[in-house]
Amino acid sequence: MQLANSENAAKDGVGMPEKTGNLTTESKAGRTPMVVARDVDVFYGDKQALFGIDMDILPNEVTALIGPSGCGKSTFLRCLNRMNDVIEGCRVEGRISVDGQDIFDRALDVVHLRARVGMVFQKPNPFPKSVFDNVAYGPKIHGLSSSKDELEEIVMTSLEKAGLIEEVKDRLHQPGTGLSGGQQQRLCIARAIAIQPEVILMDEPCSALDPIATAKIEELIDELRENYTIVIVTHNMQQAARVSQRTAFFHLGKLLEFGDTDQIFTNPSVERTRDYITGRFG
Amino acid sequence: MSDTAGTGTVKTGLPRKNINEVVSAGIRRRYAAERRFRAYGLAAIGFAIFALTTLLVTIVGTGYSAFTQTMLELEITLYPQDIDPEGNRDPKVLSTANYQALVRQSLRDLFPEVTTRQERRRLNGLVSDGATFQVRRAVLDDPSIIGQRISILVPMSDDIDQFMKGHISAEVPESDRRVSDQEIAWLERLQDRNLVHRTFNWTFFTSGDSREPELAGIWGALVGSLLTMSVTLALAFPLAVATAIYLEEFAPKNRWTDLIEVNINNLAAVPSIVFGLLGLAVFLNFFGLPRSAPLVGGMVLALMTLPTIIIAARASIKAVPPWIREAALGLGASRMQVVFQHTLPLAMPGILTGTIIGMAQALGETAPLLMIGMIAFIVDIPQGVTDPATVLPVQVFLWSDAPERAFVERTSAAIMVLLSFLIVMNAFAIYLRKRFERRW
Repeated sequence: MQLANSENAAKDGVGMPEKTGNLTTESKAGRTPMVVARDVDVFYGDKQALFGIDMDILPNEVTALIGPSGCGKSTFLRCLNRMNDVIEGCRVEGRISVDGQDIFDRALDVVHLRARVGMVFQKPNPFPKSVFDNVAYGPKIHGLSSSKDELEEIVMTSLEKAGLIEEVKDRLHQPGTGLSGGQQQRLCIARAIAIQPEVILMDEPCSALDPIATAKIEELIDELRENYTIVIVTHNMQQAARVSQRTAFFHLGKLLEFGDTDQIFTNPSVERTRDYITGRFG
Repeated sequence: MSDTAGTGTVKTGLPRKNINEVVSAGIRRRYAAERRFRAYGLAAIGFAIFALTTLLVTIVGTGYSAFTQTMLELEITLYPQDIDPEGNRDPKVLSTANYQALVRQSLRDLFPEVTTRQERRRLNGLVSDGATFQVRRAVLDDPSIIGQRISILVPMSDDIDQFMKGHISAEVPESDRRVSDQEIAWLERLQDRNLVHRTFNWTFFTSGDSREPELAGIWGALVGSLLTMSVTLALAFPLAVATAIYLEEFAPKNRWTDLIEVNINNLAAVPSIVFGLLGLAVFLNFFGLPRSAPLVGGMVLALMTLPTIIIAARASIKAVPPWIREAALGLGASRMQVVFQHTLPLAMPGILTGTIIGMAQALGETAPLLMIGMIAFIVDIPQGVTDPATVLPVQVFLWSDAPERAFVERTSAAIMVLLSFLIVMNAFAIYLRKRFERRW
């Protein structure tokens, strides 16, 4: 799906003049960006899906990536923890660093990167294991706990941080797949934060959920901002406006506008952004 | 967006028909097609059940009598001077003593009127040669019985057994009958004295093949099959699963892997005798492995089973939803961890199903084993994978070819054992599959 959309985007983009807009990439006073992307191009085979993306993502903020389907926002998100590596024929060019570390550096193992950049997917995807084992999986494979008690503590803390502990404390050893959709997604968030990442990537985490479950996740995202840097892809304008501090607008594989959420939603500087936000296309 | 007929507001430019009329005209045909299809299905199932029942009834009907054996109760006096003249109970002496003479003497005691050589020979023919072994075994087991008069059950010859079971009719003229009037008369006298018994045929389940039907058993072939299957499973399963994992998860998709895939699929369709020839040429002639051995049989059958398991394993690995892999990768699991902790456990039920299909195929395979000598007449129970052995289907084949009437029922009985073996194997696989099955 992702692949096909991006291909279309690239196809449509050919020969269409686009002004790149004014990119607000300057870092705010006293805060070094957590993620820095410079001139990132992504190709699927010979189709280009992203064109020269520059972006600074600040720590302890929620950055929302918005834009019409196939604009490359998910592709960009997946660059940040190199999930695109597993897609055959996908090629990423440019530089991305997380916390000062070049993620394409040969010396950096992708396992290390993914331990530092967690991910929550569009469809809640708990493992077909118990609630406990779902959360414990990350710490186990990375060896984060030295004892059973420590592991249990990590699991409990993560479930608590994900706001799930009250609902699952009696069914820790029942399958995680038996939870409701919203609970499953929070379980996935708990699973992601159990390995103490610095950045959490969320790819439309609420698109498969009902409004109440969505509200809970949004609340959770706001709380998680305290400790983590969050990048969220969303199709929902209101959600972007509600949860994010900064918003990036992608269109046809290009980053058209990037700035404070308030400014993007009230006074966008690019016409396309205004059209998209007001629902003229998308 | 929607310009389908039925939304009246959209102008389609087509003449409007009454939609209900159009639909109800078609709907009857649709339902009829569905009913027809169901009827075909039911008919097919009915025919299958009929065929299966016929097959089972025939096999069981022919074979059940092989599970019993007509035995003669003989009173035998174990004269010490015949068995152990020196009296030191040397096992070597004990096992080479002339027990046949003792058995014959005991028969002569029952019918003192029989005196001519010819008649005596026929009288001796009432009991099987196995009687001699039976007496010897009794003596070797407990030498203290020497000097006593013991009562022992010995198997009667296959023709007498078949006559007792009613497979040889007394109505047939004597010249066409395997059992003579004289023998029938003796048999009746023995029955009058209540010396003829019909017991459970333990020999059939505990001994190897024999030229004498009443001494022939399935155990040798069963052990041979078990050993062969073990070798096949031990070779084919790990190799096939590893191949499937490599091809699905690690190998780049290019012309070479396409070529390999085509070849694997073709290999599944190669006639099994060709694998036998390969085993003969490579394993026996080139590597010089022992002939008629379960080791080589297992290797040949493993080659034959590999493509089946590989294809099933690849399909079930492919069927594991990609988001399971993404979730694990996103947490920083290595590809190896993803495969062994997530993909493989979820694919296991399918892999096991494929394995059992392949193994069942291998269990029933005869042709390739003929080429490597597993058709040999083997009496001893194989003790290991390099001992000469035969397997169940080959045993069935051998017995079905034997001229003695008693082998007819033994052939069917062997088929029943083969089918039971198959059922046990399948049941075990289903148990394993249930254990591995995870729902999500």
